Amino acid sequence: MKKRLHIVALSLAAAMVLTVSACGRDAGSSDASSGTAGQKKVTLALSTLNNPFFVDVRDGALAEAEAKGLSLTVLDAQNDATTQSNQIQTDVSAGTAGIIINPVDSDAAAAAIKPALDKKIPVVAVDRAVTGATVTSFIASDNVAGGKQAADALAKAIGEKGKIIQLQGTAGTSASRDRGQGFTDGMKAYPNIQIVATQTAGFDRTQGLDVTTNLLQANPDVVGIFAENDEMALGAIQALGDKAGKTVFVVGFDGSADGLKAITAGTLTATIAQQPKELGKTAVDAMADALAGNTPAATQPVPVQTVTKDNVADFS
Amino acid sequence: MTTATPAGRRLAAQTGRFVSANGALVGLVVLCLALFIATPHFFTAENLVNVGVQASTIAVLAFGQTFVIVAAGIDLSVGSVAALASMAAAWMYADAGLPGLLALLAGLLTGLVVGLVSGFATSYGKLPAFIATLAMLSVARGLTLVISDGRPISTPDAISFLGSDIPIAGGVTLPVPILVLIVAGLVCSFVLNRTVIGRSMYAVGGNIESARLAGLPVKRVLVTVFALSGLYAGLAGLVLAGRLSSAQPQAASGYELDAIAAVVIGGASLSGGVGKASGTLVGALILAVIRNGLNILNVSSFWQQVVIGLVIAAAVGIDVLRRKDTRH
Repeated sequence: MKKRLHIVALSLAAAMVLTVSACGRDAGSSDASSGTAGQKKVTLALSTLNNPFFVDVRDGALAEAEAKGLSLTVLDAQNDATTQSNQIQTDVSAGTAGIIINPVDSDAAAAAIKPALDKKIPVVAVDRAVTGATVTSFIASDNVAGGKQAADALAKAIGEKGKIIQLQGTAGTSASRDRGQGFTDGMKAYPNIQIVATQTAGFDRTQGLDVTTNLLQANPDVVGIFAENDEMALGAIQALGDKAGKTVFVVGFDGSADGLKAITAGTLTATIAQQPKELGKTAVDAMADALAGNTPAATQPVPVQTVTKDNVADFS
Repeated sequence: MTTATPAGRRLAAQTGRFVSANGALVGLVVLCLALFIATPHFFTAENLVNVGVQASTIAVLAFGQTFVIVAAGIDLSVGSVAALASMAAAWMYADAGLPGLLALLAGLLTGLVVGLVSGFATSYGKLPAFIATLAMLSVARGLTLVISDGRPISTPDAISFLGSDIPIAGGVTLPVPILVLIVAGLVCSFVLNRTVIGRSMYAVGGNIESARLAGLPVKRVLVTVFALSGLYAGLAGLVLAGRLSSAQPQAASGYELDAIAAVVIGGASLSGGVGKASGTLVGALILAVIRNGLNILNVSSFWQQVVIGLVIAAAVGIDVLRRKDTRH
């Protein structure tokens, strides 16, 4: 048994070494842009560029940096916290004036940015918070306001009365907490709407299908469903079949590609879209503010937008 | 009532033997009765069909896992392999232009090949099954993301059929996932009980050294169990994709633990040599019934995880106690 444990430990160690060296090899694909002498250099450390959402964050940041006369270096950590930490370390040594970080991991990011904070280099966190260190400013989508907007959109669709179901995201995540809180707060304005069931479907389409199917057994007379992301909303639509968008109205969250398609098709009534470009722009604004010697607000929520059939063309 | 009739005593003894041999089944019946009393929405034909459909993916994964666990192995990769197989099939159709039915077969083949790789790594490569399949869990999920670029892909009709309902007569329909579950279960039971390779799985799982000394092709048996597990995972993935009419990059993540739990609840031993298809089916049904019941009763999602954990522990715990009792 002991021998077997050794083998396990060795294999794990070997696997870890391999992973780290593999990451190290092609880490730090940086593309500097619009850099001329005299401009202040700012680092944008993104968790990944393998996701359209963060590509949009980058685009918004690059455009604003140009407008503000900053030279922005974009780093892609490929979703590896160690890579991100190394990248930031390198840039701090190279004398970057400020760091905009989209943490791979909220906890790991604290250690990575501490040296920068000690040197009085401003650090702005975007989309995900840093836990365990106080950043100059934190820019994120306003999920609470988004939840409230979802409540309004759903209430409008069902004529402000009837029974509804709420599908929660993964239990304990901040996105689920904030969206859910905003939604229940928003629903308080509609006394004739009754939330008959609140269940988690883990932000997952299959679970959205199964949980909705089960809930419809106990509550066949629901007229509306709010899902805390589009994936669960699409699962709920699958469970509803022909009823989706006709007698039962579904509201999602995210404005994902499939979600927008469902809005065009009429099965999804509304979704709440985040504005990644706006996130990038606001982060650069906060950084420019800090570099000018001002104190930007500690947290800056970026508004989210309600997408319905009327304005879906603006998003797809 | 001090004098029981011989017939009565025989009945009591028979009942005792039945309960002791079918602990999980009794648990399932008790669970269903409790839900029947708690809510009028549980014991309806429509809801029971729902439970069957929702159990299908985990059950098919668990049937595959049964081969592996009987042979004293473990396959942690089945959830990822299910996702990879469905994504490969959807991609073959959407991007490589394969006809739907061939794409479906390509998906099954993907599962089989991945299972073979795990099998060779475990038997000939001498990697512990835990590590080989843990690595495969990561590799298969990664490949799924690479193929799909992180986005869902729509499935052809041949795959969507696996998630649809067949009309029988008079408005009654039979969901294909339940049909797949039944066929997969029967095949699993047949292989384990009626084939030489199936009986060899018990021998290898019971005592690998004795099996080797008895001249059984131990390595070939190990490759076979992982290949079957991969094939079943592929089938489960296709059913899952069929139900959504799209292959999802994050589909079936974490399902490997449900599949293992179903097998163990069904009476199999993680140290090998014990386990049967019918037990695994009951295990999968218990998990599906709990989830369905907790939804219908609108139990808080935080408590659901606690309840599911406790039921798994109770089901296996009772089984362990029962075995101890019969030994005395």
